[in-house]
Amino acid sequence: MVAQDTVVVERERPARATAPAPRTPRGRRPGLTPWLYLAPALVVLGGLLAYPIYQLGLISLFHYTQAQVSGGEPTSFEGLGNYRELLADEQFWQVLLATVLFAAACVVCTLAVGCALAVLLTRVRAVPRLALMLAALGAWATPAVTGSTVWLFLFDADFGPVNRVLGLGDHAWTYGRFSAFFLVLLEVVWCSFPFVMVTVYAGIRAVPSEVLEAAALDGASQWRIWRSVLAPMLRPILVVVTIQSVIWDFKVFTQIYVMTNGGGIAGQNLVLNVYAYQQAFASSQYSLGAAIGVVMLLILLAVTLVYLRLLRRQGEEL
Amino acid sequence: MRLVRRGGEPRVNLVRRFVRRPGRTAAEAAALLVAAVVAFPLYWMVLSAFRPAGEIESTEPRPWTLAPTLDSFRRVFGQQEFGRYFLNSVVVAVAVVIASALIAFLAATAVTRFRFRMRTTLLIMFLVAQMVPVEALTIPLFFLMRDFGQLNTLWSLILPHIAFSLPFAIWMLRGFVKAVPEALEEAAYIDGASRTRFLWQILFPLVLPGLVATSVFSFISTWNDFLFAKSFIISDISQSTLSMALLVFYKPDEPDWGGVMAASTVMTIPVLVFFVLVQRRLVSGLGGAVKD
Repeated sequence: MVAQDTVVVERERPARATAPAPRTPRGRRPGLTPWLYLAPALVVLGGLLAYPIYQLGLISLFHYTQAQVSGGEPTSFEGLGNYRELLADEQFWQVLLATVLFAAACVVCTLAVGCALAVLLTRVRAVPRLALMLAALGAWATPAVTGSTVWLFLFDADFGPVNRVLGLGDHAWTYGRFSAFFLVLLEVVWCSFPFVMVTVYAGIRAVPSEVLEAAALDGASQWRIWRSVLAPMLRPILVVVTIQSVIWDFKVFTQIYVMTNGGGIAGQNLVLNVYAYQQAFASSQYSLGAAIGVVMLLILLAVTLVYLRLLRRQGEEL
Repeated sequence: MRLVRRGGEPRVNLVRRFVRRPGRTAAEAAALLVAAVVAFPLYWMVLSAFRPAGEIESTEPRPWTLAPTLDSFRRVFGQQEFGRYFLNSVVVAVAVVIASALIAFLAATAVTRFRFRMRTTLLIMFLVAQMVPVEALTIPLFFLMRDFGQLNTLWSLILPHIAFSLPFAIWMLRGFVKAVPEALEEAAYIDGASRTRFLWQILFPLVLPGLVATSVFSFISTWNDFLFAKSFIISDISQSTLSMALLVFYKPDEPDWGGVMAASTVMTIPVLVFFVLVQRRLVSGLGGAVKD
C-alpha cells in the first residue's frame, strides 16, 4: 500500500519540480540514488552468485570430466544425459533418502532442544541463565571443523571419555552407519540449538507476562501454556528458525566430511553435498557433481517458496 | 488507576510464587546441568590441548590434569607455518566482514529508505539468494577462479564469502535502518546536509550496532569455511587457512589428538572472544531482525 501511494506521488512530482519539498525529501525523487547504493551489492551477487548458478546449470548439461578440464578434449553437449544417469544411479537415491532423513532428524532434535531450553531459561534466575547462555554461545561460536574433531575425540574408541563413562570398551562409533550418523547428529544439534534457543527466548520475553499469568491462573499446565498460548504467539519466530534449520541441516558438509572421513566406509554416510563434492573433485565427474548441485538447489528453492508463502500469509510487509 | 494496580500486584506475585516456586529449584538444577553438558566438549578440548602426551593416550582419562604443558602447542606452531595460516584466516575474515558490512549497509539503505520500482522484487531475490546452497556452487566457482587465475590466492576465498554473506546481511540490516526515524533524515536535509553526508555521518553511526550483529554471522561463516579452502587452495600451501592446517594433525588411522586439540583451541578462541564481545548486541539484534 505504502509503496503504491508513494509511486503516485512520484509521478506527480515533475510538474512542480521547482517548489522545495516541504516534507519527506527522500522518496520524492529517488532517481538513480538507490541504484547507486545497490550497485556494489548487485555486482558482487551477480558475478559470484547468479553467474555461478547459471554456470552450474550449464555444466550439468555437458559432458565434463578431467579430460575437458585440462583442455585436451572438447566438451560435448549431453542434454539431460547427466540427469538420466543420476536418476538411474541407485546410490544417488540412497544418498538422497539419507540426506532427507538425516536433515529431518537434525531439524526435529534442534528445534525440540532449542525450544525446551528457551522455556527453561524463562523459569530460572540470572546466574543459571547466564551459565546456560554462555555455554550455548560457546557451542554456537565453535567452528564446524573444530567442533567435529572435538566430538570425534570425545567418542574416540581408545582414548575418548564417553566410552569410558558408558563402559562401552573400544566400541568404534564411526564404523556403523547409524552410529556414525548419530554421532554427526549430536554435533550438529550441539552447534545449532543455540540459535534456536536464543531467538525463541527473545521471542518469549516479548510476550506480555499478563497473558502467561492469566493462563496460569486458569490452571493451565506448562505444556498446555506452551502449546496453546506461546506457540501460536511465537509462530512467526518459529517459522523463521524452522526454515533456517531446514536449510542449514540439509546442506551439512563439514561435519559429515570430517567426522566420517569423506562420507563413511564405502560411502555409507554420504549426504548430497558431500556426494556432489566427491563426484566432482574426487572422481572428476564435474558434470555429475553439477547435476547433483542443481537437484539440491531445486529442493531448497521449493523450501524457500514455502517460506515465502508463510511470510506472506503472516502479512509481513516487505 | 495506580491504586488498582498497587492492590493487584501482591496477588499477582502470590500467583507467580505459587506457580513457579515448586519447579524452580529443579529448573535451575537442570539449567546448570545442561550448561555443563553443553560446555563439556569445549572444556575437554582446552584440557586435552594442555595435557602431556602420556595422559592423552591413556585409557583412563581423568577430567583434570596435574601436569599442564605447552608441548602440543609447540608442536602445532613448530611443525607447520601455523602462524601464517592463522594470519591468512584473519585476513580473509576481516576483509569479508568489512566489505560485506559496507556493501550491505548501502544496499539496505537503498531498499528501506527509498521507494522505487522493483524494490519488492529485489527484496524477494535477496531472500531467495540467502537460501542458495553455496556448497553446490563450488564447481562453477572453481572454474571461475581458475579462469581469472585466482586459484591458490586468498581472493578465491574472500570474494565468494562476501557474496554469500551479503543477502543475509542486507535482510538483517533492513530492520536496523528502518528503525532510524525519518524525522531525523528530514532534519538533516533541512540543515543542509547532503545525502552522502547524512548516509555516512548520521545513519552509519546509528546503524553500527546492527552492523556488528550482522558481522558476527559473516565472520563466523568465513572463519569456519572449510570447503572453499579445501577446493580452491590446492597447491600453494602458504595460502592455506586454519581449518585446512588443523586437519593435517588429524590422520584417520592415528590422529595426533594433542595436536588436533591444540590447533582447535587456537582456532576457536578468536571466535569465542568475538562472540562474547558482541553477545549483547547479538541477542538484541536477533530479536529485532526476527520481530521485524
